[in-house]
Amino acid sequence: MEIEENFLYTKEHEWVSIEDNIATMGITDYAQGALGDVTYVELPEEELEVEQFEQFVSVESVKAASDIYAPMAGKVIEVNRKLEENPAMINKDCYGKGWIAKIDVRDMDESTNLMNADEYRNYLDSLAH
Amino acid sequence: MLKHIGVADIDGLFADIKPEHKPRSFDLPVGLSEYEVVRRLTAMSLKNNVHVVPFLGGGYYDHYIPTAVPSLTSRGEFYTAYTPYQPECSQGTLQALFEYQSSICALTGMDVSNASLYDGGTALYEAMMMAIRITGRHKVIMDGGVSPIYRKIIKTYTHHLSYEFQETPVVHGQSSRQEIERLLGKDTAVVILQNPNFFGAIDDFTDIIQKAHAVGALVLVSVYPISLGLLKTPADMGADIVTGEGQSLGLPLNFGGPYLGFICARKKYIRKMPGRIVGETVDSRGQRCFVNTLQAREQHIRREKATSNICTNVSLCAIQAAIFMSVVGKNGLKEMAQLNLDKAEYAKQLLSKIKNLEVKRSSPTFNEFTVALPMDASRVVEEMMKKGFAAGFPLGRYYPGMERYLLVAVTEKRTKEEIDRYAKALEGVVK
Amino acid sequence: MELIFEKSVTGRKGFSFGACDVPVHAHVPSPYARREDARLPEVSELDAVRHYTRLSQMNFSIDTHFYPLGSCTMKYNPKFTESVARLVGFTDLHPLLAQLSGGEQWTQGALQVLYELEQWMGELTGFAHFTLQPLAGAHGELTGIMLMAAYHKAKGRTNRKYVIIPDSAHGTNPASAAIAGYETITIPSNKDGGMDLEALKAAVNDQTAGLMMTVPSTYGVFEPNISQIAKIIHDVDGIMYYDGANLNAVLGRCRPGDIGFDVMHINTHKTFTTPHGGGGPGAGPVGVNEKLTPFLPISRVVLRSDGLYALDYNYPGSIGYIASFYGNFGILVRAYAYLLMLGKEGLIDTANHAVLNANYIMKKLSGHYKICFDRLCMHESVFSASPQAERGVHAIDIAKFLIDQQIHPPTVYFPISVPEAIMIEPTETESKQTMDHFIAKMIEADGLSITDPAAFHNFPNTMPIGRPDEVKAARDIKTSFFGSDAA
Repeated sequence: MEIEENFLYTKEHEWVSIEDNIATMGITDYAQGALGDVTYVELPEEELEVEQFEQFVSVESVKAASDIYAPMAGKVIEVNRKLEENPAMINKDCYGKGWIAKIDVRDMDESTNLMNADEYRNYLDSLAH
Repeated sequence: MLKHIGVADIDGLFADIKPEHKPRSFDLPVGLSEYEVVRRLTAMSLKNNVHVVPFLGGGYYDHYIPTAVPSLTSRGEFYTAYTPYQPECSQGTLQALFEYQSSICALTGMDVSNASLYDGGTALYEAMMMAIRITGRHKVIMDGGVSPIYRKIIKTYTHHLSYEFQETPVVHGQSSRQEIERLLGKDTAVVILQNPNFFGAIDDFTDIIQKAHAVGALVLVSVYPISLGLLKTPADMGADIVTGEGQSLGLPLNFGGPYLGFICARKKYIRKMPGRIVGETVDSRGQRCFVNTLQAREQHIRREKATSNICTNVSLCAIQAAIFMSVVGKNGLKEMAQLNLDKAEYAKQLLSKIKNLEVKRSSPTFNEFTVALPMDASRVVEEMMKKGFAAGFPLGRYYPGMERYLLVAVTEKRTKEEIDRYAKALEGVVK
Repeated sequence: MELIFEKSVTGRKGFSFGACDVPVHAHVPSPYARREDARLPEVSELDAVRHYTRLSQMNFSIDTHFYPLGSCTMKYNPKFTESVARLVGFTDLHPLLAQLSGGEQWTQGALQVLYELEQWMGELTGFAHFTLQPLAGAHGELTGIMLMAAYHKAKGRTNRKYVIIPDSAHGTNPASAAIAGYETITIPSNKDGGMDLEALKAAVNDQTAGLMMTVPSTYGVFEPNISQIAKIIHDVDGIMYYDGANLNAVLGRCRPGDIGFDVMHINTHKTFTTPHGGGGPGAGPVGVNEKLTPFLPISRVVLRSDGLYALDYNYPGSIGYIASFYGNFGILVRAYAYLLMLGKEGLIDTANHAVLNANYIMKKLSGHYKICFDRLCMHESVFSASPQAERGVHAIDIAKFLIDQQIHPPTVYFPISVPEAIMIEPTETESKQTMDHFIAKMIEADGLSITDPAAFHNFPNTMPIGRPDEVKAARDIKTSFFGSDAA
């Protein structure tokens, strides 16, 4: 189970990397493994305003459809259109080329509601039991 | 077996059912033999009058069903098969459904079809919800020519929801462009139309569809499959979603069901489509094969977020329709539609000669048309039944104020002799 | 196999309608006319017959194979039900005939079938009244939930927002509740397969509209606390909904209407053996007690004082039409014929044998597969293939092995809370020999999972196709012969 040390995580298995007030997000290795081969990503429109933990993306595989939640509140400024042609990128490189959206963060303090890599690792362990 | 399980008797298997849960009564008759059941049901079937000559339509038609059709669907391998969740042992059902989907697309001109919904009325509701989901808007413009039976279903399903329905009138048989345009706005999710409409009138909705698209609304058209042998397709008009009743595609009238709801749409809406969809793929050996696809939309995965709650649909009816469309085929459908058109036109000509009776001719029709009578249409129908004819459908049943209007359907099964006798009998009744 | 379109030859016809006998050749005015002929197949009748006959031979079916599918009740479809459904007096009857003035006199036979079937179902289930309108089980669920909503609305309540379901519920339950405008609250099951009563009590309040459950549950266990559950819900005037999918287990032993339920649906394609058809048509009749009767859909079939059966639309509290007509009549007449033949004793025998057969299989397999509940089951049992999964053989692999053995697999991966779930329901119509053969094959699969787990990846290898690429089907979407339609 891969985890990026410098990212922050949500209970719903999204990761987020924040730089210069822009939050890039995607889903974690655990999530992509649980979903199976991703067949489709329903991306939001750019300019969409989202609240922290509000559902804004949907990822489909053959056996499941998962709601994906915004890790931070703000405005969606970019979505990864390459996922429309190649949804499998989420399985192959979930923390890199499989990124889903970039959000212009409204309130940096909300990052205290997220887990760091160690906390997420512990959280995954607790789920296994 | 009981010994192996470890209980003394059958009752021991039901020990979890406490005495207070035993049935308060179970007063049912003794079972009958097969012969007695068949005899009883046969006697009951003879109490139904299926020997009148039917000029009754209203969305459900007395069409001929080629013998090969029921002969093939009565094969046990089709009708006793289960839902094709295990594709390796269900390629018969899956391929037949793929062919059904393809034929529906060929008929309507649309890009994608699902593998069936319950009937034309519930299909219209599902399609309307699809349009509402796609646009995110809440107003629906409903043409008054859409089947009143379908409109009643939609009302039941939506009265607790916050959608606004605006109904537009039918003027000289056809949809009122003026009223539709007046109501169209940026909060309109969908305009719902029907061709031919309930009164039998045919139309070309291209102009309405352009106006609807200009404000970002979708257009849903409910159609009659046999008419598509000759009529402009809803795809050519620009429709976004198309539904209809598939009973005329080889299904008997069966006193109300089972019928066949079809739904098809432009390809970009495929993920919003309710119900099962069969898709083509390859197997581990590289062979073409078919599977249920896009299941992530359905209830068994998505549960409360599913596009619909539908599980069992009407697979066998869809397969029956696919077989009908194959046997009748491209040329046969055109031939069938032409016969319907010709015989209805002949009937119109004969009825036009009857004094006191007016055949409504303000718009063209396919195989069904409206007639104005000098008295209550229900009385005319009662008298005509005594003469051996189901004369038509009195529109007053669903349209208050139209008690003197009768909806008359003429299919390819009506012989010249039957139509001649019908006209003569009708003349006698309205004198 | 080639598609019917690939067998088409231009100009070929499978059927001829004969010459037109009226002296008219009409035309559709050009703005309304079709531009190009529909690209339907062009084959002879023989081509079509061979094509569809050979397609049918690629299917498993109850007529040819054993289907121990949990939750589906795949019992034998008796042939006499087909012949009565095909009586011309039923097949050729136009539904609108009954709605004409005086129309009941021309449709007495059909109306009588519907009326008597309602009576049978009411007595069998303990409900005062039925509607036969719903066209499938899920449609019945939606109807039942709409009746629940109408009940609360009539009492002037606007805050009943939640429907409670157990974690073992079939997916149609929350889907139906959502369509009717409710949110669902899921209650966990306890280790015995019953509902966690404490969790239920905590979840129920004055915003509860009702509860949907099935008895026995999808774990095959008869809910021991059903009376307490009904009391908890009724104490807030909530409605108890019974999902009739498992009715086969309790016929004659208990009636949902007697044990606390207010409304239920029946799946005729399960309990009353109307054929599955490869996925329908079915029927989902809904029964109610007096509380909900005023809201039933119209029309209703009544027996008038003049002795005639008739349609009655005069119910001002009704929720309206939930389908175009009176239900899937062609399906309902099969259920009616089946009930007539079974009679009281036959119905009791049905549940007896269904439960006996399920327990027999459960006992025989409990040494090889992980049993979920160490107790008697009802008409179906649930196993987990986790021991096999640890060796790399999952429930789906065991399913594919069985296909090669000419047995349709049991239900897999449902209920969702059981890992590697395998749900087995033999039904009462199967013999001990058939079941012993199935048991032997399941044991063989377990053995093979130890000696050669890798072999399972190739199964099935005796069928017309191997495992299909479902990922490709969802990514490169092609649902029509006429073009690739990747969204």
